[in-house]
Amino acid sequence: MTELLSVRGLSVDFVTDGGVAQVLDGISLDVGRGEVVGLVGESGCGKTTLARAILGILPAGAARLRGGEVRFRGADLLRADPVAVNDRVRGRAITFIPQDPSTSFSPVFPVETQIMDLMRWKSPRAPGGNARAPRWRYPRERYRTDREAVLETLRAVQIPEPARALRRLPHEFSGGQRQRLMIAMALLPDPDLIVADEPTTALDVTIQAQILRLLRELVKERGVSVLFTTHDLGTAHELCDRIVVMYAGQAMEAAPADVFFARPAHPYTRRLLASVPTGTGEIRDIPGEVPSLVAPPPGCRFHPRCDYATPECRAGRPAPRALAPDHEVRCHHPVDAPGGVDA
Amino acid sequence: MRLLALALHRLLWFVPTLLGLLVVTFVISRVIPADPVALVAGETATPAQVEELRRQLGYDRALPVQFGEYAWRLVRGDMGTSIFTRRPIVEDLAHRLPATIELTVVAMVVSVLVGIPLGVFSALWRNSVLDHALRVVTVSGLAIASFWLGIMLQLLFAMRLGWTPLNGRLQGFPPSPITGFYLVDAALTADWRTLGAALMHLALPAATLAFPALATLVRFTRAGVLDVMQSNFVLYQRAMGLPRTLIVWKYMLRSALTSTVTQIGLLFGILLAGAVVTEAVFDWPGIGTYAVNSILRSDYNAVMGFTVWAGAVFIVVNLLVDVAQTLVDPRERPSN
Amino acid sequence: MSAAWFVVRRLTRDRSALLGLLLIAALVLAALLAPVLATHPDDVFELHPAERLRPPGGPHWLGTDRMGADVYSRLLFGARITILIGVIAVGASLLVGVPIGLVAGYHHGWLSDALMRVSDVFLAVPQVVLAIAIAQTLGPSLPNVILALSATYWPWFARVVYAETRSLQKEVFVESTAALGASPWRLTVLHVLPNIASPIIVRASIGMGFTILTAAALGFLGLGPPPPTPEWGRTIAESREFLPDAWWYAAAPGVAIFLTVMGFNLLGDGLRDVLDPRLRRGRGAR
Repeated sequence: MTELLSVRGLSVDFVTDGGVAQVLDGISLDVGRGEVVGLVGESGCGKTTLARAILGILPAGAARLRGGEVRFRGADLLRADPVAVNDRVRGRAITFIPQDPSTSFSPVFPVETQIMDLMRWKSPRAPGGNARAPRWRYPRERYRTDREAVLETLRAVQIPEPARALRRLPHEFSGGQRQRLMIAMALLPDPDLIVADEPTTALDVTIQAQILRLLRELVKERGVSVLFTTHDLGTAHELCDRIVVMYAGQAMEAAPADVFFARPAHPYTRRLLASVPTGTGEIRDIPGEVPSLVAPPPGCRFHPRCDYATPECRAGRPAPRALAPDHEVRCHHPVDAPGGVDA
Repeated sequence: MRLLALALHRLLWFVPTLLGLLVVTFVISRVIPADPVALVAGETATPAQVEELRRQLGYDRALPVQFGEYAWRLVRGDMGTSIFTRRPIVEDLAHRLPATIELTVVAMVVSVLVGIPLGVFSALWRNSVLDHALRVVTVSGLAIASFWLGIMLQLLFAMRLGWTPLNGRLQGFPPSPITGFYLVDAALTADWRTLGAALMHLALPAATLAFPALATLVRFTRAGVLDVMQSNFVLYQRAMGLPRTLIVWKYMLRSALTSTVTQIGLLFGILLAGAVVTEAVFDWPGIGTYAVNSILRSDYNAVMGFTVWAGAVFIVVNLLVDVAQTLVDPRERPSN
Repeated sequence: MSAAWFVVRRLTRDRSALLGLLLIAALVLAALLAPVLATHPDDVFELHPAERLRPPGGPHWLGTDRMGADVYSRLLFGARITILIGVIAVGASLLVGVPIGLVAGYHHGWLSDALMRVSDVFLAVPQVVLAIAIAQTLGPSLPNVILALSATYWPWFARVVYAETRSLQKEVFVESTAALGASPWRLTVLHVLPNIASPIIVRASIGMGFTILTAAALGFLGLGPPPPTPEWGRTIAESREFLPDAWWYAAAPGVAIFLTVMGFNLLGDGLRDVLDPRLRRGRGAR
């Protein structure tokens, strides 16, 4: 099956003051056409790093690619011509929704300037072709068409009075409105994939659901795929077709949303789902702590905190095992599975 | 509207500050010297003549009265007469103002046009050869004595190499006086040779004056850009594949400049101060040399006049800087 | 005192601050040991017209000046003048400016406003000009230069202390200490002063550099200590008529000034980075 986005065995190290942190260890995941995939994990598990690796904006000095590939529409983004990637992929075929909309706009320019600057290079009507010749020309015709498209998209994300809104400065909008603007900007270039990094984490809880529903509606309408990261299972449940669980830089389980919530196989996934506060007042958290990535546990990185761990788990990383056609788990002892443990 | 309120607030403080300045200078000029009138009268004057002069000049009255009269005259635009040139001081200052302004503006323009881009590159290519070289420039820019730099430049470029004239604003006839700025007047009258000559005369003094300003600008622009480079909006724009040139020169620079604008304003004030010593070195016929000469000749009225003018300029510049700051960073409308 | 040790340790890791420290140490050594280090220690007062304007070389490491005196030796003695002027002028400014700033910071009334307006007056005119005016009126001499410089630099200390005191007042610990009944004096000495020590120290170091430059400018204009005092700025002025030939005469004192001021600037920057990283941006060059 030709997926839209196919990450294979991606390993990334970060050079820090405390040593070399192995932030990503052999991550693989797929995103299909028109599919919304959620990347779930605790803070520090590497999901933001993965998102940035796909977009190609890892900090050049500190981050080191140890291996793996990121295939998008067949081509490996990590090894393609950087200029071409910057011109034709970033902001066009793959767009981005950042975590904090308040700081993701330049505070000194009106919203219109910033969006139209984006359109100048990334509008679907912008000329493709030779990536090396910078195209600063912005013909008036195209400008007008693009502006119309902007207004229309602003209406779609439910920004009131789009024409007036454009002339405002970013700080004059509320957090929720700014994120809607971000969604609009992510949709305008007519992308194939949107990478959204915890898009609702910075918003008030009351608005989060609204924004999520809006996003899902719009992407389903246009058949755009989404890879979005979150630490909140509720968000994942709201938005995703498929869910991938990460822990300490390793992918643990990948399953369609309903299967994920109904029949989780990986011990970590089960713990994660169990730790969501219920009405009973009991708090069931996971004992132990997230491991240091500078000296991570060998083999499966969850084994120190896992109830079902055996020496096998420390010896080596489990290979991906398909429990069902689209339910994959990396565990030596998946729960309720043939050869695994009982719940 | 806020802008107007700010401007008014500043102007209100303008008066007391200027007044305070006047008092200080007045006291210095009347109280401290043994007998300013005797100095004015000269060595050959008899005591009777000195007394007569004292009465004429009004120095025999009580100090507060003298000060009051001076302040009143000042409001009407009269700074008194220079003892040395025997002309109204206001006239003397006005006559010499264009020279100083031309020098200061050219120095300012050079330091901004060179300093800001250098600061940007220094930040973009952090720890590169360029960055280290610029660090040296930045540090030395504030450690070199201006007058010494001027002399060394004269030594090298005027005396040894003969590339530029030694001093002065121009040799020969100035261009037709339309604005008083030689560069402008020569350009307006298409007098290209004079324009060239004026530029050559400006070269060394402007370079001397610009050096510390440039050093400061490079330093602050570098810091500003380094700061902005970490911003989330820069990350977003990179993620969306916007061209680097756009990100750096339109967005990053604009954000980094919000602090640099204040610096430019302050620099202008500092440049005017530095002009005093630099003009002395290059015999530049501006207000700086006038001030120095007046001081050295004990021409106290002239010194007062200069101090009032300098103080007023400083205060106005600070006001303009505050206004500019508000314009540049629209979030920062002050609420005082 | 362990705080001081901590500062020193952090400082030694910063290479440019170390360089600054070295330069200052060299200056102090030159000043203290001038009679010993000088090759011609009596040249401050003796004249050797026959030797005038000799280029560097032989017994005269940096050449001779218009009186035949050894440039190098006079430079060393000039270091004494420089340090003296710097230390006393900045010290006096500190002693005047800090209390004024404290009082202005504490009070919230007409006194505070008045004090700050006064210092604004002094800051309204470029320091050079005011110093020139004062020095000229008083007459060229060493004490007068120091007086002129102190009288024009204290506002910088006052302003820094004022700003810091005001911002500290908003800090909870000051409020709570006052609420516990501490007297204003106790509050100041034990609690406020240690916190404002860092900006004061930084400003003092940068102020040294700036004051030395202004002192040199005054000397250059003839307003400094009169001859035969080997003040660096005056030496440069003397040298002008012998250019371009006797280049060493003008170059040497200028380089000395440059190294000295750079030393204080580098140290000041290093101190600023160590003592309070928040101060690093947005402050003026002086």
